[in-house]
Order: sequence, then C-alpha cells, then structure tokens
Amino acid sequence: MARERAESSRAHRRTSKKEPKTRVVHPNVLYERVKGEENPNRHYADNKIKTTKYTLLSFLPKNLFEQFHRFANVYFVFIALLNFVPALSAFQPELSLAPVVFILSVTAIKDLWEDYRRHRSDKEINHMDCLVYCRTERGYVEKYWKEVRVGDFIRLRCNEILPADVLLLSSSDPDRLCHIETATLDGETNLKQRQVVRSFIDLDTEFDPLKYNSIIECEKPNNDLNRFRGYIIHRNGRRDGLYKENLLLRGCTIRNTEEAVGIVIYAGHETKAMLNNNGPRYKRSKLERQMNVDVFWCVVILLVMCLFSAIGHGLWIFQYGDKRPIFDVLSPEGTDLSPVVSAIYLFLTTVIVFQVLIPISLFVSIEIVKICQVYIIHQDVELYDEETDSHLQCRALNITEDLGQMQYIFSDKTGTLTENKMVFRRCTVAGVEYSHDANARRLAMYQELDSEEEECTSHGGTLPRRDSAASHHSSRMVLRSQSTKSHRRTGSRAEAKRASILSKHTAFSSPMEKDITPDPQLLDKVNECSSQLEYMRYHQQPLSQLPSELSDVLDFFVALTICNTVVVSSPNQPRQKVRMRFELKSPVKTIEDFIKRFTPSRLTSGSNSSSSSSLATSRSAPRTSCSLLPSPSAEGTLVRLQEERAPTAPESIFGPMLLTPQGPAGPPEEGELRYEAESPDEAALVYAARAYKCALVGRLPDQVTVELPHLGKLSFELLHTLGFDSTRKRMSVVVRHPLTDQLTVYTKGADSVIMDLIGPPAADDTKGKRQRKILYKTQNYLNQYAADGLRTLCIAKKVLSKEDYAVWLKSHLAAETAIQGREELLFESALRLETNLHLLGATGIEDRLQDGVPETIASLRKAGLQIWVLTGDKQETAINIAYACKLLDPEEEIITLNADSQEACAVLLEESLHYIQSKFLCSASEPSDRTFHSDFSAFHTPGTFSPTSTFLIHRLGLVIDGKTLAYALEKSLEDRFLAVARSCRSVLCCRSTPLQKSMVVKLVRNKLKVMTLAIGDGANDVSMIQVADVGVGISGQEGMQAVMASDFALPRFQYLQKLLLVHGHWCYSRLANMILYFFYKNAMVVALIFWYQFYCGFSGSAMIDQWFLIFFNLMFSAFPQLITGTLDKDVSAETLQDLPQLYMNGQNSEEYKPYMFWMNMIDAFYQSLICFFIPYFAYADSDVDLFTWGTPVTSLALLTILLHLGIETKTWTWLNWASIAFSIGLFFMVALCYHSSCPTCFSPSNPYWTMQRLLGDPVFYLICVITPIAALLPRQVASQGVYFYRACQGSLFPSPVQEGRQLDHLPPEVRRSLLSQSKGNAGGLFGIRPAHYAFPGVFQNHGAGGHVSCRRRGGTKHPPHKAAEKGGDCVPRTEQQDPRRCGPAPSEADTLPYSNPHSLAPSGPEDHLHTDPLLDPPGVSLVNRVLPCAPFNPQECVPLTESPPASSPLRPKGGENSPRSQVTEGQDFKERGDQVHPKDTSKEDFFQTTLL
Amino acid sequence: MASGYSAKEEDGHHSGAPGPAGSAAARSRKPDNTAFKQQRLPAWQPILTAGTVLPAFFIIGLLFIPIGIGLYVTSNNIRELQIDYTGTEPSSPCFECSQNYSWNMTRSCACSVPFSLDQPFESNVFMYYGLSNFYQNHRRYVKSRDDSQLNGNLKSLKDPSKECEPYRMNDGLPIAPCGAIANSLFNDTLELFYNEPNGTKTQIPLLKKGIAWWTDKHVKFRNPTGDNANLTAIFQGTTKPINWQKPVYELDTDAENNGFINEDLIVWMRTAALPTFRKLYRIIEKRGSASPTLPRGNYTLEIIYNYPVRSFEGRKRMILSTISWMGGKNPFLGIAYITVGSICFFLGVVLLIIHHKYGSRSNSADLPH
Repeated sequence: MARERAESSRAHRRTSKKEPKTRVVHPNVLYERVKGEENPNRHYADNKIKTTKYTLLSFLPKNLFEQFHRFANVYFVFIALLNFVPALSAFQPELSLAPVVFILSVTAIKDLWEDYRRHRSDKEINHMDCLVYCRTERGYVEKYWKEVRVGDFIRLRCNEILPADVLLLSSSDPDRLCHIETATLDGETNLKQRQVVRSFIDLDTEFDPLKYNSIIECEKPNNDLNRFRGYIIHRNGRRDGLYKENLLLRGCTIRNTEEAVGIVIYAGHETKAMLNNNGPRYKRSKLERQMNVDVFWCVVILLVMCLFSAIGHGLWIFQYGDKRPIFDVLSPEGTDLSPVVSAIYLFLTTVIVFQVLIPISLFVSIEIVKICQVYIIHQDVELYDEETDSHLQCRALNITEDLGQMQYIFSDKTGTLTENKMVFRRCTVAGVEYSHDANARRLAMYQELDSEEEECTSHGGTLPRRDSAASHHSSRMVLRSQSTKSHRRTGSRAEAKRASILSKHTAFSSPMEKDITPDPQLLDKVNECSSQLEYMRYHQQPLSQLPSELSDVLDFFVALTICNTVVVSSPNQPRQKVRMRFELKSPVKTIEDFIKRFTPSRLTSGSNSSSSSSLATSRSAPRTSCSLLPSPSAEGTLVRLQEERAPTAPESIFGPMLLTPQGPAGPPEEGELRYEAESPDEAALVYAARAYKCALVGRLPDQVTVELPHLGKLSFELLHTLGFDSTRKRMSVVVRHPLTDQLTVYTKGADSVIMDLIGPPAADDTKGKRQRKILYKTQNYLNQYAADGLRTLCIAKKVLSKEDYAVWLKSHLAAETAIQGREELLFESALRLETNLHLLGATGIEDRLQDGVPETIASLRKAGLQIWVLTGDKQETAINIAYACKLLDPEEEIITLNADSQEACAVLLEESLHYIQSKFLCSASEPSDRTFHSDFSAFHTPGTFSPTSTFLIHRLGLVIDGKTLAYALEKSLEDRFLAVARSCRSVLCCRSTPLQKSMVVKLVRNKLKVMTLAIGDGANDVSMIQVADVGVGISGQEGMQAVMASDFALPRFQYLQKLLLVHGHWCYSRLANMILYFFYKNAMVVALIFWYQFYCGFSGSAMIDQWFLIFFNLMFSAFPQLITGTLDKDVSAETLQDLPQLYMNGQNSEEYKPYMFWMNMIDAFYQSLICFFIPYFAYADSDVDLFTWGTPVTSLALLTILLHLGIETKTWTWLNWASIAFSIGLFFMVALCYHSSCPTCFSPSNPYWTMQRLLGDPVFYLICVITPIAALLPRQVASQGVYFYRACQGSLFPSPVQEGRQLDHLPPEVRRSLLSQSKGNAGGLFGIRPAHYAFPGVFQNHGAGGHVSCRRRGGTKHPPHKAAEKGGDCVPRTEQQDPRRCGPAPSEADTLPYSNPHSLAPSGPEDHLHTDPLLDPPGVSLVNRVLPCAPFNPQECVPLTESPPASSPLRPKGGENSPRSQVTEGQDFKERGDQVHPKDTSKEDFFQTTLL
Repeated sequence: MASGYSAKEEDGHHSGAPGPAGSAAARSRKPDNTAFKQQRLPAWQPILTAGTVLPAFFIIGLLFIPIGIGLYVTSNNIRELQIDYTGTEPSSPCFECSQNYSWNMTRSCACSVPFSLDQPFESNVFMYYGLSNFYQNHRRYVKSRDDSQLNGNLKSLKDPSKECEPYRMNDGLPIAPCGAIANSLFNDTLELFYNEPNGTKTQIPLLKKGIAWWTDKHVKFRNPTGDNANLTAIFQGTTKPINWQKPVYELDTDAENNGFINEDLIVWMRTAALPTFRKLYRIIEKRGSASPTLPRGNYTLEIIYNYPVRSFEGRKRMILSTISWMGGKNPFLGIAYITVGSICFFLGVVLLIIHHKYGSRSNSADLPH
C-alpha cells in the first residue's frame, strides 16, 4: 500500500518535474519567508504517513470495488439482480439481495476495522515530537512528525527515533559519528556507525543551519536500505559524494550520540523504511485450489440441475398442448408462453432458486475459520520462546492448512538448524594445532546445562566450580540488562534475550561464547612472546628478531583483535563507546594527508610520537600485571588480586579464567567491556583473543586500541578497513603496527580464498620449506576442523612497503571518490591489496546446533517429509552438521556430486541414476522383505501410497556443491538431477547461493508437484522463502529480513515440529472437513428443492420458505460448523507429536480427495431424498398446504445437517454442544417469531401460524425423529462397514488417524508405554501388521517392475559402462564434444523413476554401503566406497556389476590435498581418525565392486 | 479475533510507535495458558467403534419397531372412503357432466354417485374433496394472490397487487378476490344422502364452518369493513373472478361465512403442497354417543358438477374419513418406523456377529504386545 502510494506520488512528481532521475533538496530555511509555492521542496512527500486504504467518503465505493474483484461476489450479485427481472423472480428481489449484502458488509466491516486500526496507529506516529529548526525562532522548536518536511533541519538527541531519512550534517561526537540502532529495520541489534557528511566533518563550531546553503542532489526514493548515493553541492561549486554512511534512516534509534543535526532527505512514505514495508502476503493454499475445482463442479451440477428442470418444464407444458390448465398462470400480460420460452425463463429461475448450491458463505466462513486458526496457533504456549519473548507469527493469514500438507522441507543451516552462536573452539597458529581440550570440556558442560531445565541461580553450590563462576557471571549480565532497559525501548526482544541468560546459555554473547578457556600451551607462548617483546623494547632491540613462530602467534591474536568491525562498549554505560583517545587523527583521506603523515621524517620520529604517546600512557599500567581491565579505577584492586593468585594460575585450567576480568573479583559495575559485532563469529574471535589477554579495548575510526600482556595498551593506527563482502569472502584492515612501525595488512577470511592468496614461499631455503610445511599442516587442520563441523577462518597478514602502499592508496582513493561504478572499483582495489599474504593461522568456530534439532528432523522425517538442507557453507562443514543433526545417518550411503563442467555433471547424474536403479533392482531381487518396512512408516496402507509423495529411498544421501548444482539446474539436466535427488533420503546442497536455493525450491515444487516449505533465518534465504509454498522465517539473530518475507515466523527450528505435525494437521483436517461439509450441506438443501420440481411441474417452485432458504447458510447452520472448523481435533496434540506418521494423512490429502467431494455429493443427495420423501409420504394425499409441508422439510434438513456435523465432529467441547443447541433453538425461535409476525406479509409463502400449528402436530415430531436417523444410517453403516471390512482384512485399525484417536482414549500410562515400545522396535507402534499387508501395492509393482527393469538392465548393460569410461575421457575436452555422446541415452534413466516409481522400492538394510565424500577427483567424482564389512554382495547383482566403470574419472586428487577420514561401521563420525590417507589400493577395489 | 497478530507489524509502524508499547515492552508476550487458547477444553471424543455403535443400533431398533407398530395400528383403525366422481369413463354417472370443459357454463350439471359403507364411521367424519394432477404448487400460481386484499384492506380491494396479474382487473374493475388461486376456486357442490333400508333418502347435515384454520378465518382473512355492514355495498366497484359464477359476497348466505371469510375460499386459498391433494370440505358431526356418525348402509353422493378437470387430466374425489391423533389414514409412518427399526436391529445383529468373530482381534489390537 505504502509503496503504491509512494509510487503514485512519484509518478505525480514525474509529471510535474522536468528531471526525473534525481532529487534535489534545498534547505527549507532559505525559503521560509517566501510562500509555499516557491519552495523547491514542495513537491516531495511530507512526513505525514497514511497507511489507511480509505477515507470516509471513498470507503463505500472503493471497498465495493475491491470486493467485486472476487469472482464469487460478482456471481452472487448477478444472481440477485436476476431476481429483479419480473418474468423470473423466484424470490422477493429485495430479499435475494440480503445474503450478498450481508457477505459484503461483513467483509466491509472487517476492512473498516482494520483500516481504523491503521488510522489510529498512523495518527499516533504522526503526532510524535521532534525538534525542527525554525528561522523565526532562530532555534529548534518541537513539531509533530507529520509537520516535518523535506529540507528541514532536525536535531536529534540520544535515544530518539528518527522521524524521516536524514542526512547527517553534524554530531556531538568528536569523531563526527553517530550511532544508530537499526533493530526495527533489519533486526540487527548491534550499533551501526554513521558519519557526518565529509564537508562538515571539520566544522569546529556548532552547526548553524542559517549558514548552510548547499544543495543536495540524490537518488529518487527507493527501498534499498543499503544504498544511498548523491552529492552535496556547495555554494562554491564543490561537490562531495554522499553515501549510505551519511544517511540516518527513519525508524532507527540514535544511540551513544548526544546530539546530531541533519537535513531531511526523504520523508513520510518516501523513506526507505516505509518503502520497504509491504503488508501481509496473500497466497492461495493447495486446499483452496482443490476446493475451487469442486466449486467449479458445483457450478456444473447446478447447470445440469437447471437444464434438467428447464427441459422438464418445457415437456410439462408441452403435454397439456392447447388445453391450458387452470393452474398454469399466464404471463402478466395475459399472453401464452410457448414451452420453449417457458423453459428458457425457467432455466434462469432455477439458477436463482438453486443458487445456494454455490455456497455463498463458504468463502467468508473459510476466512473466519482461518483467522480463528491463526489466533489459536498464535496462542500456543509451546510455540512461545521465553528467551526472546517471541512467539510464532502468522504473517500470511490464509495458508494455515498448507502446513498440514507439506512434503518437502528446504532448510537453511546456519541460524536455522544451528543457533548461529559462534563459539571459539580451536585454532592453529603457524602450523601448530591447539586443540583447546579444556574449552571443549567447558562447552560440553554448557550443553549438559542446557538440557537441564532449572534456573541457574540455584545451581551454584552443586555444580563444579567452573560453573559457579559462570552463573555468577550470568547474574551480572542480568544486572546489566536491567540497566540497559531504559535506553532500549524498541529492543525488547534483545533485552528479553539478555534477561533470560539466567536460564539458558544461548543468548547473544552469552558466557558460553565469551568465556574461552585458553589452551595452556598457546597461552604460554603468548606470554612468552609478549614478555620477550617487552624485554626487547626495553632494551631497544629491533623487534623483528622475534622468533617467527612467536611473532606469528602475536600477530595472530592482534589480527583476531583488530581485523573486524567490533564496537566496544562498557557495561556501566550501555551503548556508550569506550573512549580511549590518545590522539585525534582521522583516517587517511587524501594523498596530501598521506604524504604529510608518511614523510620520512615523520616516519622515524613522527611514528614514534604517535605510538610513543600511546606507549607512554600504557606504560602507566603496572608492568607485572596482565590486567585487561579497561577502567583505571579498578586496576589497583585487581592488580592486587591477580598478584595474589598469579602463582597458581598456570597450573589450573581454571586459572586463566580467574585472571580474566569476568572473574568474581570485580564489582559488577566495573565489568568487562562488551563487544558488539556485526556477525557473531567476529565477536567470538575477539572474545577468544581476549582470553589470551589480547583484548580489544577501544575502537575509533582511525585507531584500534589493544591491550597486550606485558605491553599494555597499544594503539594501532587504522589506515583502512576493507569490509567483508560475500564475493571476496574476506575482510582486511590496514594498520600501522605500533611496535614494528610497519604498515601491516591483516586479512581474515574463508580458508578457500585465503589459501589461494598466500604468497608462494621462497624457493628452497629452510624458511620456504617451513612455510610450505605450515601451509600443508594448516590445510590439514582446516580439513579436520571442517570434518568436525567447525566454521573455519584463515588469518593472514602482509607487510606493505610504504611505496606499495602509496601506490595502492592512490588508486584506492580514486576508487573511493569515483562516482560511477564505485563499488566495482573498490572491489578491484581490495583485490589488489589482498595478495601475497603470509599465513598466520586458522580458527575453528563452532556453531552449535539448536536445541532439539536432531529430534525435530527425525520426527519430521518420520512424518514423511523430505528434508533438504541448502547452505552456503563448505561441503565438509555442511556434511558434518548434517550428521550432527541426524540429517545424514552414519549408516547411510552418500552420493557426492562434484563436477567442473556441464558434461561432467551430466555423466555423474547418469551414473548415479544407474547406480541407484541397479542397486534397488538388486535389492528387489533379494527376498528380504522382512526389514524393508522397518523404518518406513507402518502406517502405509495401500490407499495412501501415492507415487508423488512417498517415493523415497532409504540409506542414500545426496551431497552436491554449488558449482555442480548450477549445472544440474540447467534445463537439460534438471530432470535427471531430480530423479537422483528424489531417490535419496536426504539432500544436502552446499556452497549454494541464494538464487540457487530458490531455484532448487522452484524446481522441486514445479516438477514434482509437491508442497514445499522453506525455512531460513537470513537475508540469503529470502528468495527461497518467497518461492516456496510456505515460507518460514526464524526470528533469530540474523535480522528480520527472512521474517519479513516469510509466511510464518518461528523463534526456533524445533517449533517446526509442532507447527507442522500438530497445527498443520489440525488446520488441514479441520478445514478440509469443513469445506466438504459445506459442499454437502448446500447440495443437500438444494437437492430437496430439486426433488420437489418433479412434483410442481418443474415450475421452479420451492416448498422451503425463501427466508429460510436464504438464511439457512448464514444463520441456522453457520455456527456449529465454524466451531468445529476452528476447534475440532481428530487426534490429540500429544499423539500427533508422538506418532509423526499421522502427518502423512495431510500430505496425501486424505481428508479431501476428489472422490470425497463426490461421495459427499452422493451422500447429500441420498440424505435429501430421505428428508424429502419421508415427509412426502407422511403427508401424501392430505390437506397439507405448501409451506406447512415445506417447513417440516426444512426442519428435517437442518436436524440432519447438524447431526451429520455431530458425527463428523471428533471432539465435543461445550462449545460444540452449545452451538448445535443454539442453531436448533435459533431456527425454531426465528420460525415462531416469523410465523406470528404478520398475517399478510411474506408473499408468497405467507406462513402465518404455520410453525405454531406444526408444533401441535404429532406427525411433525414423528418425522423429526425418524428422518435424521434414516438419513444418516448409511454413513454410519459405511463407516462401520469400512471398519469391519478392514478388520476382516486383517488390518487391525481402520486408519492411522483413527488409530491415533483410539490411542488418545487409552490412559496416559498405557499410551506412554505403547509409544515407547513403538519407538524401541523400529517397526513402529503397529508393526505387528503383517508386512505383506503393509505394502501390497509396492510389492506387486515392485516384483513386476523389478522383472521388467532387470531385463532392461540386461539390455542396457553396456551403456553405463561406456558412460563411465567415456565420462572420464570426455571431461577434458568438453568443448568440442557433443555432451550427449558422453553420457548414456538418457531416456531410460529418465523415464524409469517417473513412470514406475514403485519399481524403485526402498532398499533392504542389508546393504550397508558407505561412501566417502572426501575423495576429491579433479573433474568428476561419484564416490562410492563399500566397507569390507558390508554384507552386500554385488556379485548377486548380476549384469551391471560385471562392468565396473573405469576409475579414471574418480581418481583422487592426491592424499595431500584431500585427507580423508574413514567411516567405519558404528563408529561415531566425530571420532574419525584424522590420519591422512595416502592413495590406497583398496579403494580401487571398492569402486570395482560397487560402481556401476 | 485478530489480536493475535500485531497490526503494527503488519503496517510497518512498529518502527517507531511509542504509546502503549512503551509499557508493553516489560510485559511478556507469552500467551495465556488457558484451556481455550491452548485447545485443552474438556471434551468428549466419541469413537465410532462396534462397541459404541452396536448398542445404538439395538436401542433404535427396539424403540422404533414398537412405535411403528403402534402407528400402523392407529392408521389402520381409521375409516376412510374415497369416491372418484371425475366421470372419465362412459359408465360413470358423471360422464355427461365431465365432458364439459368450460368454466362459463350457464347451466349446472348434476349427477349422483351411490356408494355403500361396509363398516360404520364412528367418530366425527371429515368430508374432503380430492384433486389429482392439479398443480396448486406451481410457482406462478402460488404467487397469484393478494393477501392484503383478502385481509380486508380497502385499498387493495380497489387496487389489487401486481402479483395477481393477469387476474387482477377485468373490464376495468378490480377483481375481488384477485389472482389465479381464487379464480380457480373449487366450485362443485357435494351433498350426502343416506339411503335408509326403508328406501327413504335422508340428507346428512354437513357443517360448513370449522373447516379452515382458526387463524386463517379470524386473522388472515377478513372482509373489508366500510360504513355500512352490507357486503354487497362494500364490494361495489369490484368484479367477480372470471371463472366464478357468483360474486364473492354471494358465496354463502351466512354472514359469518360470506365474502372473504367464506371457509371454502379460505381452504382453497391454502395452496396444496403436492399435485395430488385433498381439501377439507365439510364435517359430519357425531350426534349423540349411541349411533355411529355414518352407519353401515347405502349412501348417495349428489354432485353439482361445475369444476372442469379434463383439461389437465385431473381426477376428482370425495373422501370420507375419520381421523386419529395423528391425522388421516396414512400407514406410511408406521411402516417407515418398522422398516428403519428392523434395519437397525438387523445391522446390529450383523455387526454383533462380526464383532464377536473379529472383535477379539481388534480388541487385542488396542493393546499390542
């Protein structure tokens, strides 16, 4: 809406203004005296926001116009208007308008109410205050937000919310910075720095708006939060660039800055915040699509009925010929109508009479029920996260039932499966690994703590000492959070997070992340290094004499500390950054500046002066102390304390901890510094460095202050920061090292990029050798870290000569000031700097799994959901996380697809396909069906086994990397890729880009015609979330973008289980049943009238009073079905969660299948026959009149319909009873009132006193008793029949859901024991069902398919062989060759899995095939290794295994670069040895045995 | 209802609204743990298993069969006699009269049908005329009336409703009562004579009044009241329906049964539900407890045959019937009850057998071991 408005206003401006490309902002101060028309800013939107759709005047027409966009409404209005044609009029024309008017007005009232709420909140916002400069007052005056105009100067104070997008012109901050919190925009809670426009940086005096006379030219309003470009043009013609760093966005909060002044650039609806906000999304659910088909069938039935009546009427008239009977009334004009004309009129009349068949209230009812469902899901306590004080948000209101029909889940990894809380785990420096075992133990302890659900405050005494320290620490955190509270109104989420640290250790920068137990060995080295340095400095020795390992260690930690964008703040003054300013100097901004600062004379003396000043101050710190305390006041006490404890420190692993400021020594308000980082791994690294006493104590734009042991505080002059971006995958800082006075580049980034940028070591000398060795070792450790599921980062440095730097700086400054293509130039400039690096080390950061992820995945999988993980992480990390969260099973075979070219990819897919086929053909020939259904759902009944949904194969996982995925998603390969992927139980796509994620989802959704759910938490998941049928956002740490794009937002991944299994199931089954019931109900009522046509000469006469007929749906039968549709539970929540198999009910759309519509129609027709003919015969040949007969029919229909609903209702609460009683009561009350109100009205029925008479008629009661029973008998018998039929068949339970319901009835203890039993034996709760019954369909098909395929397999015995051979050959010369010639004919491979899905049946568990993904052949790798212990004997699998593929394409790259870990049966993957495998011959054997 | 989702977030205003949110920040957003919101309302969950359905079947069966038998017996105790006097067959006494199609006969045709009663009719006997194949429920026919005219509204009397078209005006005068229903008023006259064994014919007195609903006679239908009580004067300026032989104010000599409140008219105006219907014509009251209302013997039905039914192949009947508490003779309900009851009982037995045979298995399935 907002965007629409903005666009329209933009369009308007475009017409009025000549230059459409940019916006020019003049200061309003200059134009205050002239009239408004002269103000050049007058065309821009003001700051008043209006998100309402309607005004008082426009409401009616606009709302109606919008409502008529819905086809159904138009249809019903058309019908109502048809009534006004006198020749047709079936009902009173006014009356027939009633339902349409009712429906329209209900919707209108709803819209009006929503609009009113919007209006109120608009008003509230528009009337907030802010300070605006006023010329006449010569100062800032308070104004409402809505009065702010573009061009106004506004003054902002700390903790104020920005009213508009403001260009920062002045800040009270000495650095001319302004910090803003953007939590409301992107959910990121860390502070962002914004800078005063460059031209105003050097302004010494306070900014005076009167002196400002520049013009700003900038972009048109757009919704890109991370982009802003423009110039400021000064009076003297100078132009300065404006960047996003200069813009303060509406909705953000000013922090840490006492005062700032800015000029409004965009206001109101043109602000980026408003342009970014699009309202709730509307999707159409699968159920609704299905329903629409049946609505269409209803229309067909309606037309058939009308046509039948019309023909009947024509014939009826025709039979009388010329002898016009007395009761066939002539037309009003007295003319006789021919049979044909009568029939045509009658057709239209019956369209009116039978209109009820198209359920007018269905759409409204569905909407109401969905809103109620959303409300109830919202209210679920179990979906509420205490920690973040957030609960589930339903952002899309109309697809709740889709949650019950999901088939594929696409999940992001980081932040979704994991907590996105980075914990420093281990590191390697200069080729030496420091395993941080104590740290690992500590983390394990947290994990245990997490599992205990107690309040941490009480466990101090019982738990180990380490932990008591932690809890102590936590309580301090709480104190702090309370102090921050007053400042952070909007950050309630983050605050609750902090407040909840007591109970969980998982919050942002929780103690778990902060307290790193240092590795003693490494700590010693750091100490040694710094003491040596100290010594050297003391003795004026050149620092470069330090042993290279030690210097690497020091540099490593310095890099960890400064190579980031972490903001330091101290806890006693929240959000106030620590000022440790030794020297005010802005970063190098111009060449002149550079020359001035780097002239040789300064380089010798000046550098000393710059660092000496810092050293001078730092020397004041006690030398012997390793204090990290920032605040000098506390130093004294702590020094003493530390001196006391120092001797014991190194022995105990707790020692270092005690030395850190988090120790119990310091009073709370003197607590440690807080680090606020843009990404959690940065913070983790800084905390890690601090554990080694290399602490970041202050950060300014131009310098970073680090406190080092023995050396005290050191200031690094920060010359440049090259921020992180996802294409470079690294960030760098350029600093001047205070000790060596060298210009140093520290780079931190993904190992894959950094390793490539490491400069080649010098040729032969020992140093070069050592470097090579370090490189090699580091690579090994990196692989090992990845194998452990750690996130790896490499740290490197580079020393620049001043000349090189000068050269680079020149080009960089040029790039910075470039107007066109600035980003690209900066990127290239960064690339130039980050070369020839020297490797320092690498870190492994653990991203912990969220609570309950493995369990959730296991139960979702049991529920028949296919789970794909799409992650940007590297393959090894992803695989290991997948193992950790039980997505991959150690017993599972993994197909890894890594290809370098399209052709290679094609070949790989082909091979995998053949492999899969042959494998299952083999297993099919084995007579082992005993175990075959073991963890397949025992709930599969023949009817539920639909080929689209449950075609999955066990013990096969697919891993594909981004590059290969790109090839596989090509048009030519996507079918094959899908065929492979769908045969696998789990699919893992690593290194995938956001676009690929969405392409995968789209592909699966469109090709397999399945329901897809995408879940993610970050901006990179947005596209995937939008593409999927249901998008779920995790409202975690990575900001709100995913949540904004999602349909549902969850606080944690594990809630997905309840959301899908319970709420999804309920919503689906409720809505499906309600829709079916609706169709049934309307058909039943209409059929009554239809039968009557046979007895009234097909004249369109209705025995049901028109009032009853029209209000039947709206009033009499409306409430019970709404109650049932909202509250009915077929199975209890506990059972649904305990037996995830019940979810398949929804997946297979079992509550609402196409035949069910027809069954319901048939039932409706049967019931209406009973309801019609029992009164017919009961009153046959009597003196009953039309409406005295019709009223009982109506009553009977109502009773039957309600009783029918009663049978369909599974859970009876008092609401159900009340609503049914209310409905019946309402009907009789209305009838009694209506029938006694007016003796002459309501023509033609004129039902005066009818009901009163009926109530005195015993026959009425008699038929009321017998009719509903007779009408519902078949339904009863049918359900019983099915029940018994199943019972006779040997199936012990009618349906899984009924089973679940029976389970609900058992006492809780029995239930629990049953369920635990079922979990114990893999056969499931009802595993006693004979196997042959469980999958008859599968087995038959399976056998047949197996035969056919086996023959085919014999026939195609050669192609795979060729393919394998050729695959190897063709890879190198892909360009020249027709790719199709490389692969085998795709036809068979393509068609097989699609055409006969059953032929690929789940495999027997006998074949414990293991593949190892770690082989990394150059071009192609389809790696399958069989462990010798596997009982699978490929020789049984006759023809294909005879022709093992040449192993040429599968040649490992070489042991050096791809160390492998061997999976052994039953061994935990984490415990794999880290030995490096040389190329072993046994592997070749494995290929020969398994590869096809 | 929609309090569950925040409107502010929806509209994007959450970016900066102070107001109530300021205090709400401290309040937890944790949902209330109430039974309704957590969907834990106490509930009854019926499961349709053999165990629960079987008793229901038996109870229904055992209740319905006796009721059905009772109804059937009651219905059979009702005496009913139907005489078809349409006269389509040449042998019929009314054949002559029935040959006439026309409504506008100047000369009325009379015929008499003899019949005999094998059994005496004990209590009050209701005399109906029955019409078959007469679609009084035709949509346009049903609407063709003006209730407000029949209610004595003077304005409607002079200016009947449009619904009455084309039977609204005749020769420029409004028709009273207007419309097709009134126009097609049944106008045969039926008289009943008892042929005593001695040969004399005694006319059986037929009550004209009390055959219409009380509310119809006293509330719905009213004669227009003018300055003078004389009906003829009031209906001045109106004309009789086209097919009528005499105007509405001459329907009866009794002032209480004349004009719009003539009960024959009222009964006719209550349009029948089905094409074969009967309408109450007269009541033969039981005189004294000693003798039956209609003793066994021979009777003659004297008909003044006016009403043409040949045009739609209709039939005309005269029906004599006693009634019980459940109305006229109709064995259907009794049979229906017996049938449904028997089916339920039968199903109950079948299900019981199946349950007995397989039930042990499904019971054990409840608790798999």
